[in-house]
Amino acid sequence: MSTSNYKGIDYYFIDDMLTDEEKAIRDTVRDFTANEILPVIEKYNQDMKFPFQIIPKMAELGVFGPTLPVEYGGMGINNIAYGLIMQELERGDSGVRSFASVQSALVMYPIFTFGSEEQKKFWLPKLASAEKIGCFGLTEPDFGSNPGSMITRAEKVDGGYLINGAKMWITNGTIADVAVVWAKLDGKVRGFLVEKGTKGFTAPETKGKLSLRASVTSELVFEDCLIPEANLLPKSGGLKSPLMCLTQARYGIAWGVVGLAMACYDTALDYSKSRIQFGKPIAGFQITQEKLAYMVTEITKAQLLNYRLAQLKDNGKMRPQQVSLAKRNNCEIAKIIAGMAREMLGANGILDEYPVMRHMNNIESVKTYEGTHEMHTLILGEDVTGLPAFE
Amino acid sequence: MKLVVCVSLVPDSTTKIKIADSQTAIDTAGVAFIINPYDEYAVEEAVQLKEKNGGEVIAVSFGTDKSRDAIKKAFQMGADKGILIKSPVPDFDSYTVARNLADVIKELSPDIVFFGKQSIDFDGLVVPNMVAEILNMPSVNVVTRLDINGGIVTAEREIEGGKEIVTASMPVIIGAQKGLNTPRYPNLKSIMASKSKPIEERPQTYTGNKSEVFEMSLPSAKGKGKILEGGAASVPELVKLLREEAKVI
Ligand SMILES: Cc1cc2nc3c(=O)[nH]c(=O)nc-3n(C[C@H](O)[C@H](O)[C@H](O)COP(=O)(O)OP(=O)(O)OC[C@H]3O[C@@H](n4cnc5c(N)ncnc54)[C@H](O)[C@@H]3O)c2cc1C
Repeated sequence: MSTSNYKGIDYYFIDDMLTDEEKAIRDTVRDFTANEILPVIEKYNQDMKFPFQIIPKMAELGVFGPTLPVEYGGMGINNIAYGLIMQELERGDSGVRSFASVQSALVMYPIFTFGSEEQKKFWLPKLASAEKIGCFGLTEPDFGSNPGSMITRAEKVDGGYLINGAKMWITNGTIADVAVVWAKLDGKVRGFLVEKGTKGFTAPETKGKLSLRASVTSELVFEDCLIPEANLLPKSGGLKSPLMCLTQARYGIAWGVVGLAMACYDTALDYSKSRIQFGKPIAGFQITQEKLAYMVTEITKAQLLNYRLAQLKDNGKMRPQQVSLAKRNNCEIAKIIAGMAREMLGANGILDEYPVMRHMNNIESVKTYEGTHEMHTLILGEDVTGLPAFE
Repeated sequence: MKLVVCVSLVPDSTTKIKIADSQTAIDTAGVAFIINPYDEYAVEEAVQLKEKNGGEVIAVSFGTDKSRDAIKKAFQMGADKGILIKSPVPDFDSYTVARNLADVIKELSPDIVFFGKQSIDFDGLVVPNMVAEILNMPSVNVVTRLDINGGIVTAEREIEGGKEIVTASMPVIIGAQKGLNTPRYPNLKSIMASKSKPIEERPQTYTGNKSEVFEMSLPSAKGKGKILEGGAASVPELVKLLREEAKVI
């Protein structure tokens, strides 16, 4: 049941385009965020801890792998509803949304898409119920934007594959029961499932983050790590496979950061209407209104972009470059909006009593991971000109 | 167990209410409607009983077509079937509501009928007891705890300054108060399942309001606060004002 007054931002009556189920799913996640995330998140963020107690509740809610078919533990929901889940979770915190994104888009999706029937039957229901937690290891210390040059290798040996190398910046790494690891086998990128506790595999946590603090980030280290033959994702092949996963996750981010922007706008709007300076609410000054007008305009544009992207995805017409456009644009405007909101709150803007500085810090990670702004620019640039400018 | 939950649709509690030009109703333009919050406790209690003892939960609403949304919310929380008693126009008083609900409840002959203790729109607090009276059933309202043993319910209810424990035999009408339980978030599974749950539509069987609204107005604006600036010396004055003007001590 709802305990909050937050009613979302809907300047263009986008709700009218949503079905009853889509609205119900959005509202139930919104209530979840209000009741389970917002009351505790500042403390977890300060302590640099993930709020583990909410994981079973998120599983019960059904937000892990919800677009997958019911027989694999999914809910068979469409991509509009999925996007709205991401939006509402990220209004709570990017770290919490990241947890859900990784579990759904970067672990369940590759197992569903590239896994054998046995792998799917074994892992997907357990990941949906959060009995098992997953992580996705692509980035390496020396290869971020350019993962194709990865060093991590898999070698076919008697009894399985021997993995050597290291991954860095891996969300959920330390707490994961299973890592989807991308490594080169005979020069070709393939996906492997590496289970926690496998000899030669360690996952130390990354310390000292000033962003996405309520999320576990880790290094994955493989030293002659032997995994069974059955742990290769048989249908994975080439860099295209992890990039397909990134397309899924970027899609969720495009929606998620709109939730972040909404949280900042909502806070700034409220604050500016009640903060009196020079004898009137600061919302009454033209410069403040310019900021609020920018915020509501950009949020509305981003919402429409997401809605159309969801339609394309549901119709099987979505191109990865269209996801790049939305991820790039929405992260950019969310970052600007978070910064504006922080300024509008004056000194209060630096306090943990308001969510804006946490969001402002978080967006730095979200804008960086899953392809930086620059990488998405180059993807779009190549798409419209036909001339790649990556190298 | 056959369990009926009566649910209604009310303006969202955060709505800024405006009076319509008629001066006898609220202006519903732009108002978001939600299931009456007390009805959520009623639905939750019924669904929990079903989960424990088996049976079915039927959500019944009297109202215009819009009231389907209240039934749908009950579906999402776990109710199995719905009945909408459809009124062509939103012009009915508590008595009309009670009579129409009573007709359907009589036919369903459930073991327990749950209501929210009141609807937060008109705050009449009368429908559950009216229905009980019409059907000659026992009823307990403002219930914060419910135990069932055989055909007997034991209900804890709030009374001014305390609690009362009441027993009644089933079939019985229960009005749910906050605290009876914690209403669940509908999860994705039940939201998706709710799509295929049927809502049966029935015509209004009784018309004939017993009351009429003559005029509706907003509460008068709160007066300005008063600040006594004399420090400790103002305490006697403060006590006097609290006693005589604010009448709180
Ligand atoms: C909190 C957090 C969580 C993460 N979680 C995961 C995870 O779960 N799994 C995973 O695999 N990875 C994860 N990452 C890693 C993330 O995807 C990478 O950080 C990202 O891809 C950027 O790589 P990099 O940090 O090595 O930066 P670099 O690639 O070194 O880039 C540095 C800068 O150079 C720019 N740049 C690079 N190449 C070009 C070019 N050709 N033209 C113009 N500019 C260029 C970039 O845009 C950037 O501004 C996470 C990162 C963070 C911060």
